[in-house]
Amino acid sequence: MSYDLRAFVKHLSPGHVFVAPALLILFVFFLAPVAGAFVMSFTDFDIYALADLKNLSFIGLDNYISLLGSPLFWKAFGNTAYFALVGTPLSIALSLGLAMALNTPGVGLKPVFRTVLFGPYVATLVAAAIIWRYMLDFHFGWVNRGLGVVGVPPIDWLGDPHWSMPAIILFAVWKNFGYNMLILLAALQKIPDELYESARVDGAGPWSRFLHVTLPGVAPVLWMVALLTVAGYFQLFAEPYVMTQGGPAQSTFSLLFYMYQDGFKYWNLGHASATAFILFAILIGISFIRNRSQEAFA
Amino acid sequence: MIKRVPTLIAGTVLVFATIWAAFPLFWMTSMSFMPEAEANAFPARLLPVDPTLDNYAELFAYQHMGRYVLNSLFVACLATALSLAFNVTAGYAFAKLRFKGREKLFQALLAALVIPGQLTMLPLFFLLKNLHLLNTYVGVVVPFMSSLFGIFLVRQYALSLPDEMLQAARVDGASEWQVFRRIVLPNLRPIMVTLGVFTFLAAWNDFLWPLIVLSDDAYYTLPLAIAALSQEHLQDQGLMMAGATVTIAPVLILFILLQRHYVRGLLSGSVKG
Repeated sequence: MSYDLRAFVKHLSPGHVFVAPALLILFVFFLAPVAGAFVMSFTDFDIYALADLKNLSFIGLDNYISLLGSPLFWKAFGNTAYFALVGTPLSIALSLGLAMALNTPGVGLKPVFRTVLFGPYVATLVAAAIIWRYMLDFHFGWVNRGLGVVGVPPIDWLGDPHWSMPAIILFAVWKNFGYNMLILLAALQKIPDELYESARVDGAGPWSRFLHVTLPGVAPVLWMVALLTVAGYFQLFAEPYVMTQGGPAQSTFSLLFYMYQDGFKYWNLGHASATAFILFAILIGISFIRNRSQEAFA
Repeated sequence: MIKRVPTLIAGTVLVFATIWAAFPLFWMTSMSFMPEAEANAFPARLLPVDPTLDNYAELFAYQHMGRYVLNSLFVACLATALSLAFNVTAGYAFAKLRFKGREKLFQALLAALVIPGQLTMLPLFFLLKNLHLLNTYVGVVVPFMSSLFGIFLVRQYALSLPDEMLQAARVDGASEWQVFRRIVLPNLRPIMVTLGVFTFLAAWNDFLWPLIVLSDDAYYTLPLAIAALSQEHLQDQGLMMAGATVTIAPVLILFILLQRHYVRGLLSGSVKG
């Protein structure tokens, strides 16, 4: 046995030795758990199984069937989709607008603007969410005060089920726009100035130059960051956890929040794994669109 | 004259956006220095009239803030060190060493990029429970140790190292390990800083995984600690803002200092890991 092992080790090249530790870790703590989650989603894994695996039994598709028949699951799905599908366009539009502003020739202090604008992205999400709870406070918050200046009556952002998700979107856009802004800025800088010049010579106005030079120039990158942002936004969790605890009236309860509560509060790990896999299926779908569209752009 | 108008518009937009981006962080800092009466005053104040360190004193004296800062610091440093150790060796090997199965392995890793980390959390919890790693620092950093993002980031950069340089060292009789230590590592330093900053910030800011692994508040990192604090002390706005400042200030400062390296990673990857 040890002789075989020695022969095996001799057969390995230095490259194998260099990648082995990282791959081993990835296997044990990433890939094997993924397979584990898949198996788990077909079992009734609960707190008793957590204590002793003998208490585990396979229940086929029951977890998926129960999820798809559960109003709470669909509520979480609807909320998450709302957040991702409304939040992404807003976030991308802001990122692109500010990237274009940063790319405008003649504007001074660009490094300062860039750094400050990126600040929210670096700031710790939980701490920023706490600040925004106060920013969005009904009586006291600056958002309502700002709206009051332009004559809009105060909104109960985090207390009204109709406004809670818009409030979280507002926060998420503030928190995240910087990341895509820098990526889009790099893409804008790659568009040759001559294209703008010749468009101008042809008599194209600013809007027409935006449509025919800027947008086509950044389209592949724009599409890629949009899909990555949708995928990221589908993983909504900490914002509602800190700002609303999923409320009011479950209006900010997300898929990942559901998985967390189901799995780690009520210890229905099997059931929660099924939620995780449905989320995964959504993300796979999004990345499939991305791969297909990358081929289309290339 | 035509050129001036867009510049003026862009400048104005940037000024307003910058104020909007910075205002919550500015208000956080300012309110953290307000005495209780001022922090809770209505309407909200912008600047403290009578600045005080009371909120910070309260946090560190009665809310174990010092402990949480050290927890966070330790977790982030440990995550960074382990991530560098595992990902730099692997990333370099995928770029520069020839070995059997390299391309297939790499394709498999690329395909695994779509898998979200949350998918692993439930079984990983069970695994760590059996390894007795719940409520430990090691348990918190497990997802950071080896990452697809880290391997790709280093590989991308290492591809640009000239083969002749490595070959020359080998001809001189250096072993692969010596080549790595003496030639490769010094040349990979910029990307190691990039990976280090990314990992440090990600580990410092992480919330869901520590929330799952840590139930004993002696091990809480700052995000967990202030989330818990906000459940009891939400009315105490100055105190909460001081907690938020303690949590955010270190990462903001680190980012400002190492901005160039951070942005390089952001642009070269555009993949989240």
